[in-house]
Amino acid sequence: MGALQSLSDEPEYRELAEKTGFSFEQIGILHKRFKQLSHNEDMLRRADLDTIPDLACNPIRTQIIEAFFDKRNFHQNGDGTVEEISFEEFLVVMSHFRPPALNMTEEQREKVRREKLRFLFNMHDTDNDGTITLEEYRHVVEELLSRSGALGKETAKGIADAAMLEVASISMGHMEPDEFYEGITFEHFLKILKDIEIETKMNIRFLNMDTTTLCK
Amino acid sequence: MRKVCSLHANYTISSSLPPLNYFKLLKRIATCLFGTVLTLGAASSPDISAQDNTGGGHDRRDDHRGIAGSHEQTNYTYTKKAFPVLSLDYHHIQVPFEISLWVLLASLMKLGFHLIPRLSGIVPESCLLIVVGLLVGGLIKLAGEEVPPVLDSNLFFLCLLPPIILDAGYFLPIRPFMENIGTILMFAVVGTLWNAFFVGGLLYAVCQIEGTYLSQVELLPCLLFGSIISAVDPVAVLAVFEEIHINELLHILVFGESLLNDAVTVVLYHLFEEYSGAGEVTPMDVVLGVICFLIVSLGGIAVGAIYGILAAFTSRFTSHTRVIEPLFVFVYSYMAYLSAEMFHLSGIMALIACGAVMRPYVEANISHKSHTTVKYFLKMWSSVSETLIFIFLGVATVAGPHAWNWTFVSVTVILCLVSRVIGVVGLTFIINKFRIVKLTTKDQFIVAYGGLRGAIAFSLGYLLNKDHFPMRTMFLTAIITEIFFTVFVQGMTIKPLVDLLAVKKKQEAKRSINEEIHTQFLDHLLTGIEDICGHYGHHHWKDKLNRFNKKYIKKCLIAGERYKEPQLIAFYHKMEFKQAIELVESGGGVKLPSAMPSQVSMQNIQPKKLPPAVAERALPQFTKGREEEIRKILRSNLQKTRQRLRSYNRHTLVADPFEDGWNDFLLKKQRMIELEKKMSNYLTVPAAPPDSPTMCRARLASDPNAFYNIKASSEGVPTIQVDLASPQSPDSVNMLNEFSKRGAKDQGLGQREVATRDEDQGLMMKPSSAGKEEKGEEEGGNKNPGLMRCLSDPGPSNEDEEDEPFLP
Repeated sequence: MGALQSLSDEPEYRELAEKTGFSFEQIGILHKRFKQLSHNEDMLRRADLDTIPDLACNPIRTQIIEAFFDKRNFHQNGDGTVEEISFEEFLVVMSHFRPPALNMTEEQREKVRREKLRFLFNMHDTDNDGTITLEEYRHVVEELLSRSGALGKETAKGIADAAMLEVASISMGHMEPDEFYEGITFEHFLKILKDIEIETKMNIRFLNMDTTTLCK
Repeated sequence: MRKVCSLHANYTISSSLPPLNYFKLLKRIATCLFGTVLTLGAASSPDISAQDNTGGGHDRRDDHRGIAGSHEQTNYTYTKKAFPVLSLDYHHIQVPFEISLWVLLASLMKLGFHLIPRLSGIVPESCLLIVVGLLVGGLIKLAGEEVPPVLDSNLFFLCLLPPIILDAGYFLPIRPFMENIGTILMFAVVGTLWNAFFVGGLLYAVCQIEGTYLSQVELLPCLLFGSIISAVDPVAVLAVFEEIHINELLHILVFGESLLNDAVTVVLYHLFEEYSGAGEVTPMDVVLGVICFLIVSLGGIAVGAIYGILAAFTSRFTSHTRVIEPLFVFVYSYMAYLSAEMFHLSGIMALIACGAVMRPYVEANISHKSHTTVKYFLKMWSSVSETLIFIFLGVATVAGPHAWNWTFVSVTVILCLVSRVIGVVGLTFIINKFRIVKLTTKDQFIVAYGGLRGAIAFSLGYLLNKDHFPMRTMFLTAIITEIFFTVFVQGMTIKPLVDLLAVKKKQEAKRSINEEIHTQFLDHLLTGIEDICGHYGHHHWKDKLNRFNKKYIKKCLIAGERYKEPQLIAFYHKMEFKQAIELVESGGGVKLPSAMPSQVSMQNIQPKKLPPAVAERALPQFTKGREEEIRKILRSNLQKTRQRLRSYNRHTLVADPFEDGWNDFLLKKQRMIELEKKMSNYLTVPAAPPDSPTMCRARLASDPNAFYNIKASSEGVPTIQVDLASPQSPDSVNMLNEFSKRGAKDQGLGQREVATRDEDQGLMMKPSSAGKEEKGEEEGGNKNPGLMRCLSDPGPSNEDEEDEPFLP
């Protein structure tokens, strides 16, 4: 804990705190973790994240790691992917999981919800064309079910199709038989997921992280 | 019962009548076991618990036989009277009759309230029922009879309360419960403790004030009273909250609190009851009390969990005796409750733990019908119980005895309110530091206002010993007043207040598959992020628990191959199933089910690879001739009427091919891929085609005129076939023959698989063999008649063609 004393002095932390909304303690802890993962270098690579043992059994591991290297999540209006990220970018990606403040107006809440859903959308929309096509959605469901073996594959397709059908019917209402539904746009995505109140669910507690329990 | 016992003592039933000996033995056992529980036997009240009825009934029957026998023995010279053609014997059936009357009254009241539309909107049902109870009690009193002590504590705790708690526990939404468990526990434990001591302590202080004539009430009885009255009651909360449709978070907070505070109440109650005789409580007792609390709560949960696992394990083997599956659920749960009560552990927590633990495994094992049975029985019992409880509360109020003391009662009511508000506000302040989603003031208000007291408090008060607690009647009066106040005042005003404060209401929307996908996705995502942060948060542990569950526990407790089925797939199947049923119930698909008001079909989302002209006919690949054949067969089926089951066997349900087949149906898709490639046209997804209702609905959407075509070809869809009128008995016979073949044909693949494979072949390859099936060949019958039978009632039969027995 001694290292935290000097944190509030560092001007960069102040800047980061303003940018991402984390507190100094949280930034300090995350910085420690960043250094640990990147073996004390300044930049973090995919391979570093791959080495986390707990992640190995996560079915959507690749997507999560990709999300960290996706420029769209850096709030800088870029797109494409990068090979390595700095601590600032790491922090920006993490800030998507910050819990919303207690007293928020409806608009602020809406904004937070959009931001979080945008993150999810980017995770699904791998080719960055602004829509989630059927193929991409199928891929998502397949990954989710990737642990269930052959059984998962076929049903995954069925599930993805049904889900897509649902989105189409909710968003588009009536369609002629020869019209084609391109894919889920961000607005449609917002519409179908507005009921699960993502701003209350997509959160991590960033304090109370004891560095001694950090996994290697 | 005591009267009957003494009667028996006088009879000398000779041993030359062997049946009477048996009855004598039974009588002895019954009276020994139940004699302590029954209060008034031959007299009036229906307060004998249901278990005792058989004992009581036996006894009365024995009584008669005993009397008759002994008369014959000892009095040979009785004069011959006219043979009694019709006689009235009320005592014989009195107890069950009165119980049934009460239950009937309760149910009729419930019916009646809903027939008066506006009333049920303004006044919650619980209030109306209490009023009815008051009226009934008043009527009985007017009639001059003594009002029976209906809300007897044994009856309440052993018969009326368990169904309600089991219903709550079995259908407890686990996810929100676990997410908020910290908050719930804080409210339940710390909140109840605070309430008990605050109310008890201040009441004692008030009693000590001069001029209230209450100075003989000591501290410990006051604290005991405080602990009885401070517990939020699950029955009342359920009754009122059910009608206000509040959002899930608040509902689970108040409701969870009402369930979990049982342990605290039990411990405090026993602690103070024990020691108010002694007059003082030492610190040692306090320590023991804390230990007792831990044992009571954790022990209760452990007992419940053990019985839950036993039930899950038993349900693994019930595939041959589907009829008694629901019974296992009920009996194991009840035994969990009784076992916990036996050790003075928390019965409520045991019941909740049992229901919650067994549910996922049992539901994976039992048949669909059993699941429906369990659901409806639980709802029915809990509904009747709740109604009875409120009516009895009303009757017990009339019955008295009452000792009204203005000071005591009013101070109680005020203090309860005040302590609840202070408790909730204080605790929320602390809790909000640890919560991600904080509780707003509105939430706090609802939580505080929703803390209703109910019949548990009354029953606990009733249990108090008159000798140890001379002020028992005063306590009871105060408890009843408090209950009335919370149920009437708070219960009636909470609905308008909820509307006034614009508290978020429950989302009525159906859970969509997108939401389910994303909930799962989110779980994994958050676990992953936590791992990247290096933080072992509760997502991490939840994930670990899930993996452990999947790897070891499910294997033991779930029958067959089902355990491998991930949750998403299970959800998807359930959804398809539900939509299939909807499709059936909406008349076979001509009128589209309301879930899909739009006309978007599968082809709209598929990338265009084939010419759009395929929209015309459902399955152009069928040759004309083949179609004609199929249509002819189906038309001939349509002409046959339904047949009643020939011989009805009480012990075997109609074999349920629908759900056995259905569940594995989807598992067999891989095997059907080649066949389906031929059958599907524009659908590029090989997995789902003619089978899932989504696809069929899609096809219907695109061409309603092709309805009959679709029916002709999609034999694989169980739902659409309803309009094919009859489940012909030869097919049914085939169905059952097939099922009986299953046992013999167990090739280690699991019985269902064999059947389905046969069915598959029957479905896919040989529609023309439907003709052959009429001759009763075991060709692997058409699945669909069996389905229809399951989905619709078999009507009376007009035809007598088939005289084969239904069950071979």
